[in-house]
Amino acid sequence: MMATLRSLSGLLFSVSLTLLGLIAVTFFIGRVVPIDPVLAVVGDRAGAEVVERVRVEMGLHLPLYQQFWDYLGHVLRGDFGNSVLTANPVAEDIRRLFPATLELATAATLIGVVVGVPLGVAAAVWRGRWLDHVIRVVSLVGYSVPVFWLALVGLLVFYAELGLVVGPGRIDIYMEETVPFVSGVILFDSLLAGDREVFWNALSHLLLPAAILGYFSLAYIARMTRGFMIEQLSEEYIVTARAKGLAPARVVWGHALGNVRVQLITVIALAYAGLLEGSVLTETVFSWPGLGRYITGSLLNADMNAVLGGTLVVGAVFVGVNLLTDLLYRFLDPRVR
Amino acid sequence: MTVSAQETLTFPASRASAGLAWLCRVWRELAANPLTLAGIMVIVGLLVMAVAAPGMTSYDPLAQDLSQRLLPPSTAHWCGTDELGRDIFARIVYGARITLRIVLLVLAVVAPAGLLVGCAAGYLGGWVDAVLMRITDIFLAFPKLILALALVAALGPGLDNAVIAIALTAWPPFARIVRARTVSLREAEFVQAARLMGAGRARIIVAHIVPLCLPPLVVRMTLEMSGIILTAAGLGFLGLGAQPPLPEWGTMISTGRAFLLDQWWVATMPGIAIFVVSLGFNLFGDGLRDVLDPKTETRV
Repeated sequence: MMATLRSLSGLLFSVSLTLLGLIAVTFFIGRVVPIDPVLAVVGDRAGAEVVERVRVEMGLHLPLYQQFWDYLGHVLRGDFGNSVLTANPVAEDIRRLFPATLELATAATLIGVVVGVPLGVAAAVWRGRWLDHVIRVVSLVGYSVPVFWLALVGLLVFYAELGLVVGPGRIDIYMEETVPFVSGVILFDSLLAGDREVFWNALSHLLLPAAILGYFSLAYIARMTRGFMIEQLSEEYIVTARAKGLAPARVVWGHALGNVRVQLITVIALAYAGLLEGSVLTETVFSWPGLGRYITGSLLNADMNAVLGGTLVVGAVFVGVNLLTDLLYRFLDPRVR
Repeated sequence: MTVSAQETLTFPASRASAGLAWLCRVWRELAANPLTLAGIMVIVGLLVMAVAAPGMTSYDPLAQDLSQRLLPPSTAHWCGTDELGRDIFARIVYGARITLRIVLLVLAVVAPAGLLVGCAAGYLGGWVDAVLMRITDIFLAFPKLILALALVAALGPGLDNAVIAIALTAWPPFARIVRARTVSLREAEFVQAARLMGAGRARIIVAHIVPLCLPPLVVRMTLEMSGIILTAAGLGFLGLGAQPPLPEWGTMISTGRAFLLDQWWVATMPGIAIFVVSLGFNLFGDGLRDVLDPKTETRV
């Protein structure tokens, strides 16, 4: 029990150190890397008076360690400053937009797990056969293709040519904000409001971007599952289970897959976090009003507060997902406990 | 990897001959795998395109001809023309130079940095290890593209700044791999022997540990190349990497986006180039790993 507590507190300590490091990195990017941070805020047409005022407002006349201390205090209170572009506090913008990214990434991960795990298992069972080769190609393509390009081609083929899906955006314009904002996840909110029309409309908008992003997590999950399963299937307990006459399906899905579930959770969590990255580009292509598009949009308008706030939140989510995985790992794997 | 009885009995006559024999063996094993061979061919193709670009196309990648704008692929323009009448095939061929330049510049910074950090952390241990690996973890905690985006936002868009941003985000995996290898070598018998004979830290690291860190490092480099290419293309697509009129593939897709529905080739063709090149590096890297570093099957 003591050992568990000690390892848990060690984990928390290391996570908070990492978070502190994240904040330090964004601080440096915002304050130290630009040749003139004031210029980045006010633009090059501002007068000397304005420049001086902003300099003091930003605290740039203070020594660096004090600037960092102030920055840290603001960030820990959830204050990332105001966005130049939307004039809202950045934290508020992020709270409003993050559910959209969450919705997209979750749907994509679901696709990745539901399709990827069985594919990986099948590839391991029929190792070296045609299905294995097909899956190898699928995952290699997933590692090699630019996500924004695949999204564009997907739009071209499934929307423009075949007309199978609806176009970009998260929902048809005339339906926007027809259901009350509860969680921000439209699929959930519309169900809560009992509005079926909005639900189906949102789902049809979600389909293509989620499938494109899901392909990438599928490629990764299938490949990793295959590796884990091959390792397990060569273990002696599998031979024993087969020898005593258990049905092959039970051996594979019950025994072997049961033993890789802990590793699988890690992989799925990594894939989920990785989608945050893919979503930056995918959201841009699909005009998906999420965090990714917010970051890139602010970037093109030199809105540093928004960029750094978004970056920090994504990094923190990354760390959070990893922490959660670590905890689940400890919980599920008795050897770590 | 079967070693025949003949081979085990004959010894190489010199160091050079041993090295040559090793190179031959690596090459034979690489060439035995058709997929690896395909990857090598793609990489060679990229090199040829970059070096011999003027010989491969008679068009100027920057020359505009508005009477020829947005033409579909034909025998005159293999990949069609873009919105300013420039030949897309020529732009892709010349774009190989930019892609290659980005990859090589990034690797030239990142591989030595990873080697330095990894060796120092792994061999010295203690607080040096703790601090260096903590920093590595912090950089790994950001998704690469997003950190690169933030960096470019601070530095300003452009090809050189994109290279700096990618390099700053790409070194952690290298440091991790080198550190793991160094830790496993630190107490090896041959290192202890060298230490007994009075070799200093620097000498042990440079002469005994670094050479053995190179194979996994090289494997990692080839596997990371596709990631670097994709990140660079992503930055270009968002308008933060190479700036127009430079024929960078990601930037080309970004301009082609406006014509996607009616002139599909403008955005599609450069994407195929990115895909093929990054697939080539992945295939080559996979094959190289099987030959040089067979124990590590999974990738991070």
